[in-house]
Amino acid sequence: MSNQSSVEIQTEWDIVAARQLGRNVAKELGFGTVDQARITTAISELARNIYLYAGQGRIEIQRLTENGINGILIIAADNGPGIPDIRKVMEDGFSTSGGLGAGLPGVKRLMDDFKIETTLGEGTDIRATKWLR
Amino acid sequence: MVQKIGSQYKEILNQYMQRQSEQNLYVGQNFSRQLISENTSPEDVISMHKAAMQELYEDMPETVWHSFDFLIEMMINYGLALQERQSLLQKQEELRVEMDLAANVQETLLSTTMPSLDGLDIGLLSVPLRKMNGDYIYFISGGEGHAGIAVADVIGKGLPAALCMSMVKFGMDSLNDSTAFPSEVLSTINRIVEKSVDDFMFVSMFYGRYEAETGVLTYGSAGHEPAMIYRAETGEFEELTVKGLLLGVSPMASYEEKEVKLDKNDMVVIMTDGVTEGRTAEGFIDRQVINELILRKKDESAQTIVQFVYDELVRMQNAELSDDFTLVIYKKV
Repeated sequence: MSNQSSVEIQTEWDIVAARQLGRNVAKELGFGTVDQARITTAISELARNIYLYAGQGRIEIQRLTENGINGILIIAADNGPGIPDIRKVMEDGFSTSGGLGAGLPGVKRLMDDFKIETTLGEGTDIRATKWLR
Repeated sequence: MVQKIGSQYKEILNQYMQRQSEQNLYVGQNFSRQLISENTSPEDVISMHKAAMQELYEDMPETVWHSFDFLIEMMINYGLALQERQSLLQKQEELRVEMDLAANVQETLLSTTMPSLDGLDIGLLSVPLRKMNGDYIYFISGGEGHAGIAVADVIGKGLPAALCMSMVKFGMDSLNDSTAFPSEVLSTINRIVEKSVDDFMFVSMFYGRYEAETGVLTYGSAGHEPAMIYRAETGEFEELTVKGLLLGVSPMASYEEKEVKLDKNDMVVIMTDGVTEGRTAEGFIDRQVINELILRKKDESAQTIVQFVYDELVRMQNAELSDDFTLVIYKKV
């Protein structure tokens, strides 16, 4: 079972809309305040990456149920330039040292599952899930 | 577990709310240590605080509870910074272990056997600044009363310097001729270094060929810190200056060589710039200081002198070396 909704990211204000969407869904699913803050921080980070590096893209929020456990899935998809060195952006200290925020390692820490697919010149697709415990 | 910590926190907080004593604050700080050791993130602490307050003072205005939610949001990135720090610390530890292994490999790789020649007492010491040594002592001894010594210093420190030094070692291994003369040895190693190292790596090297029968040391230098000779008869030190470019600068470089004859109790002192470039509060340690240290122990064995000079220089610099330190003394006995 899944139920989805999405926000197009084009301006910085769309980041706020994506956060709002994520928070509403997280709240409805029963996530506590701290986890809501973690989920929205992850959404913020992914949406900002789209806004800064791809120019435009989409944040999609899905409700998941697996083996009777509910969860939230964030999909960040863009048709931007792609990430040339994925190992580097997943390294601690790479993005944070430049003051860019939590970076992708941060998103990975905030969520339970994290998958990234990127092709140069075609775009990037990131999927991050958090389960309700 | 979380619930247990939460109720403990509530208890400690309640104590403090009843009585704002230093004692109760101290208990709170001790509890925070436990939280840190269990990797509790700051946002969880605030959430726990909010929950405890809600149980203790349920009729607070809504604005207070909102303020905690805001604070939780503020703390998420601090929590991430903390986790990142923990993972970086772990990586640092992994690197430290790796460096230790590499240093062991280097020690085995660069080990050399001190020659034993009639009438020659040799003392030596090579201490790296960090784990890996960018200085190197290499002996070639092939019997027949000859021995060669190379003392080299890679410009730079640590791992890159150590990797570069392995190459010098293999160059020396391939020569393996104790009767070879310095100009030949230096040109050969120069070609190897020039070919295999990038443009920013240079090596300085002193090479000496000693003949036991005559007591003659033939020496050459590739931009290395000049060696010195101590004349027992006059009690004076002289610099053994000889021309030669650093290794790795030009494949065409040629190396001058000179001879010096050692008489009884004369000493040749070979060193790297880590010995002469030490700094004290008063300024650089100059040659004069080193000469005086050697003179104070001139009647001891070469190894005793070397160790004494090192100990004294370390003491003068408050136990802080500024570079790899290598010192060799040849003493004619």
